[in-house]
Amino acid sequence: MALTRREFIKLTGMGLAASSLGVMGFGASGVAQAAAVRPFKLTHATETRNTCTYCSVACGILIYSMGDKAKNARSNIIHIEGDPDHPVNRGTLCPKGSALLDIVHAPTRLKAPRYREPGGTEFREVTWDFALDRIARLMKDDRDKHFIATNAAGTTVNRWTSTGMLAASASSSETAYLTWKVARSLGMVVFDNQARV
Amino acid sequence: MSDMQSQDYVRRSASTMTPPSARNVEDQVAKLIDVSRCIGCKACQAACMEWNNLRPEIGHFEGSYENPNDLGPSVWTLMKFNEYENEQGNLEWLIRKDGCMHCEDPGCLKACPAPGAIVQYANGIVDFISDKCIGCGYCVKGCPFNIPRISKTDHKSYKCTLCSDRVTVGLEPACVKACPTGAIMFGAKTDMQHQAAERIVDLKARGFAHAGLYDPPEVQGTHVMYVLHHADKPSLYSGLPDKPHISTLVQAWKGLYKPLAVAAVALAAIGAFFHWITIGPNETTEEDEAEARREMRETEEEQAP
Amino acid sequence: MTNTWQDIKNANVVIVMGGNAAEAHPCGFKWVIEAKIENGAKLVVVDPRFTRTASVADYYAPIRPGTDIAFLSGVMHYLLTNDKIQHSYVKNYTNASLLVKDEFTFTDGLFSGFNDQTHSYDKGSWDYEIGDDGFAKADDTWQNPRCVINLLKQHVSRYTPEMVSRICGTPQDKFLHICELIAGTSAPDRAMTSLFALGWTQHTVGAQNIRAMAMVQLLLGNIGVAGGGMNALRGHSNIQGLTDIGLLSNQMPGYLNLPTDKETSFDEYMKTRQFKPLRPGQTSYYQNTKKMTVSLMKALFGDAATVDNHWGYDLLPKLDIPLYDIIKAFEMMNNGQMTGYICQGFNPLQAFPDRGKIRAGLSKLKFLVTMDPLDTETSRFWQDFGPQNPARSREIQTEVFQLPTTCFAEENGSLVNSARWLQWHWKAADAPGIAKSDLWIMSGLFQRLRALYQKEGGAFPDALMGMTWKYTDPWEPDPEELAKEMNGKFLADVTDPVTQVTSKAGTLLDGFGQLHDDGSTASGCWIFAGCFTEKGNQMARRDATDPREQGIAPNWAWAWPANRRILYNRASADPEGKAWNPKKPVVEWNGSKWVGIDVPDYVVTQKPSANDGPFIMTVEGQGRLFARNLMAEGPFPEHYEPMESPVVNVLHPKVGPNPVARVFDHDRSNFGKPGDFPYVATTYRLTEHFHYWTKHALINAILQPEEFIEIGEALAKEKGIDQGGWVKVSSKRGEVVCKAYVTKRIKPLMVDGKATHVIGCPIHWGFTGQARKGYGANTLTPSVGDANTQTPEFKAFLVNVEKTSAPVG
Repeated sequence: MALTRREFIKLTGMGLAASSLGVMGFGASGVAQAAAVRPFKLTHATETRNTCTYCSVACGILIYSMGDKAKNARSNIIHIEGDPDHPVNRGTLCPKGSALLDIVHAPTRLKAPRYREPGGTEFREVTWDFALDRIARLMKDDRDKHFIATNAAGTTVNRWTSTGMLAASASSSETAYLTWKVARSLGMVVFDNQARV
Repeated sequence: MSDMQSQDYVRRSASTMTPPSARNVEDQVAKLIDVSRCIGCKACQAACMEWNNLRPEIGHFEGSYENPNDLGPSVWTLMKFNEYENEQGNLEWLIRKDGCMHCEDPGCLKACPAPGAIVQYANGIVDFISDKCIGCGYCVKGCPFNIPRISKTDHKSYKCTLCSDRVTVGLEPACVKACPTGAIMFGAKTDMQHQAAERIVDLKARGFAHAGLYDPPEVQGTHVMYVLHHADKPSLYSGLPDKPHISTLVQAWKGLYKPLAVAAVALAAIGAFFHWITIGPNETTEEDEAEARREMRETEEEQAP
Repeated sequence: MTNTWQDIKNANVVIVMGGNAAEAHPCGFKWVIEAKIENGAKLVVVDPRFTRTASVADYYAPIRPGTDIAFLSGVMHYLLTNDKIQHSYVKNYTNASLLVKDEFTFTDGLFSGFNDQTHSYDKGSWDYEIGDDGFAKADDTWQNPRCVINLLKQHVSRYTPEMVSRICGTPQDKFLHICELIAGTSAPDRAMTSLFALGWTQHTVGAQNIRAMAMVQLLLGNIGVAGGGMNALRGHSNIQGLTDIGLLSNQMPGYLNLPTDKETSFDEYMKTRQFKPLRPGQTSYYQNTKKMTVSLMKALFGDAATVDNHWGYDLLPKLDIPLYDIIKAFEMMNNGQMTGYICQGFNPLQAFPDRGKIRAGLSKLKFLVTMDPLDTETSRFWQDFGPQNPARSREIQTEVFQLPTTCFAEENGSLVNSARWLQWHWKAADAPGIAKSDLWIMSGLFQRLRALYQKEGGAFPDALMGMTWKYTDPWEPDPEELAKEMNGKFLADVTDPVTQVTSKAGTLLDGFGQLHDDGSTASGCWIFAGCFTEKGNQMARRDATDPREQGIAPNWAWAWPANRRILYNRASADPEGKAWNPKKPVVEWNGSKWVGIDVPDYVVTQKPSANDGPFIMTVEGQGRLFARNLMAEGPFPEHYEPMESPVVNVLHPKVGPNPVARVFDHDRSNFGKPGDFPYVATTYRLTEHFHYWTKHALINAILQPEEFIEIGEALAKEKGIDQGGWVKVSSKRGEVVCKAYVTKRIKPLMVDGKATHVIGCPIHWGFTGQARKGYGANTLTPSVGDANTQTPEFKAFLVNVEKTSAPVG
């Protein structure tokens, strides 16, 4: 069966998000190119389908990462460009989308939990267990202290107003749904998102 | 990376060469920049930096959206903005993506004294081969569009490659792919000319009587062309030359002095030297490189059994 | 968006007003360029500044920030007086003919029922005359002066071209030229699309700005058709999804509401929600609300939700006030009423108005948790960064946790785009360091809290314990499991009464039509039902085939509701079921059913002669030119000045700004007067940046490195400000020192005979990331919100500007 790379990806995109350019014979491209030209850098990169994280045009993107997902290779994203199959962006990307690589690898990406104590002047790295145990403790103490089970009229209201949450605007719907479940299971009502700004 | 005799070259700086005779069918490519549909978003700049692994320094705000403030060794394309009040008193914000024009008759290549530092492929792309570059800056002088920039770090000259690495494997340049509004297109030069013609009809219908294609004959046309709403005044677009021309100094240098200088340089590269002394002198006295090429072809045909 | 991004190419006129699509949504904007090139469309831009959208427009007109309602009411006045409305559409598909109660009045800027103590309305009179049959009365001849259309004509009659120009500063000739272009789309086979964003929402009258344009579109017959619609270009990649799933103080998934204290029982809660039709034979889809609600409760609480405990009604919190939105949250923080706050991927110190108030509020918390891939300003509000963040660390007692999360490239999941498409994406790499997914973090907190309550007991643990959590990995649920839970499934074997097909318990739902109110179905977000069925993950579909290349692509990903791409698409056809525009039909009646390139927004076998209105979600079945009691400040839009305005309201000097705007008392003293702050400022985004994220990305920092404001040449000259020179911009709330861009693109506007200067403040800089440090435009903005949506007024406020030197530090 003769397939172009695009057709190949279309057929497999539903189950298999990633495919390697190398698999499709692009590995031979080095032979074809003039020796003076910079070697094509994606020849054996792994291609993964994703959606741009910025605005709600939701452009399709192709993320290229080093390594073929072999056990001993840690994949590292080396390039991101537009997905030409996507019906809205058709391969294009704006100046933000075209620079997605630099947000993935921003020097200010956070790598470990950090904690700042009352009156402190610096952050210090802490373990996840420290952070989550402590946050859960603070939440429970506040909730037990301020939870409102019934109002003045005696109606069951089960709300917690003294701890609140702002939810993200770029997290997945699945994350949003789970976040909703957690917040409401605690009776949290000071709960909002970034829809307005 | 380089080779001395790629079949894909049609021109090579400071050396005469025989264009490939076996591979003689290759479409000329071109990038068409339609400024009338450009929104100045700089996706082209971002994509260029990302693909080519270039990151110039973070600059300052200097009174315009132009950032970085100039082309540079790691700034191969730059959006230029001009706030222009037309005859009717209405504002037009003329935005142009600046960068190498990939001239059919490249002044940079003509001026370059380093053998093989600047080459032109059969598809029309003009490329700088860094390891051959001696950083003399003659290409800057030779360029009618003020494009190449010399790096202060490695003293080599840099500019847009038209993503020759992508084009070689059958992809469009990174800026072309990214452009959100299709203001940058890429394809065979003839197709791009047709595309431009359609756009010009539309622009004229929208009141731009002087809409036209910028493909300046002074450099025998370019492989980066513009659709302009005011093709009668290219200089409105942040100094796009009305009539680009290769400096007369470069022309003179090319014609009279360069063969001598090149001879000295070429001693270090015997192959090239031989190439030059066997068929070089007959042609390099010609000022026009295209003329030279035609003559070279004729010579070869005559020599063919 | 009512339509899709690609559908924009079918428009004959594209109006960008209240937004800057080319800069904020460049890849969506390609379809505007496509409309121009392939469809000969005209692009019209109305904006205080000549933007990059304006640079490719066919026609541009300036407008004073905060006066869009005056402009659009003027457009309506033009359409009605020049008879440029699509009569058959207006008569059949809008509430133009319905009669309004006699008690409804509008006098001197106020509608009937205003209470000046509470700054709110008793909306009792804002309704139709109801007949003995329980339906709204109508006069199809439009003779009755109480017809909606006649009241509308009367209401907008004040907005003459002269008045529009006086209020907006738009030259009359430019305004009239635009009216003419818009009016051309009243022809049944021509369409205009409206593209807008925060330029309309971020006003004290934001929702009414949008209503005004929606009314223009209804008068022109441009809703539901190809190339038409009201297209809100949403900001963030999944803000549509977060809104759909109800991550708002008063919301539940699928636009269901949390109960209030007044709704003491489930029955009472349901009573006000199953809206009965107000016209004969209408669908009024919300009659199905109980099915949606019960199915949600079963998804949330499983076996803990039973018919006996009213589906776990008391497990939900109830609201004592309408909203605990962000403005309220920071008010509470400043009042010392809050202990803790969790910011998940949200940076309020940059994003919310009156930065000083935000910083003060955070300083009063006992603890703050941030979850973000990036080092945000909010997480470092307590640290001294010089004039850009002058904090006294030692005095701030807030415990701060900065939790590193994965980003888009490091997770699987779905996002909902502006056109309501749910698109799946795949993980490409692991997160840096020991950063973790939000799913892992939220689950970790949930499990720890459960364990603590199990061990120690405490306040009302029932909802926490009862919440369903049947995931393969309870410490980090698989996104596919969550997607299936939102889609919903049968909980018992159910036989369809019509088809007699039995669905087994556990089977995933095909759509919300299968929901039941007896506990036999569960669905975590009913509008998403159909996104993940027994046929697989519909959100991962990648067939871009597009019938007739009309911009629908029905098999690409999945759109809510029911994979419908154009909302209200029944209205694309005339009352007999034939397309208004035969060249671009969407759905048509073929004699036995509705067919076309999109999923009909209608009962598929409902005959056109049944006269069921095309707007099946409304009680009238019609588009509303008169909004009844659904808006806070009135059934018709009215021009109110921004909270900080340079002029009096020339229409009604006693009622200047929106009388019911969201404002807290002690913010009132924080509003500036034109004597001290004579210039109108507006904030906005630049195309090179995305909010406060991309200043962390090197390429974007290179493309727009440093904070600046935009100022017209005339004002710059008057104030001695040089191109690229330093200026100090101040408002009642704070000051910003930054560079000036002196530009021809902003010109003084003649407002009520006075030259009014506008200053533009891009928002992107802060004190973390790669770009140069900035103060942030929210240092200047007022803490006041829209009366319906609480969206802060970022687009129109008052400042002063002075020449200065570079900041120290």
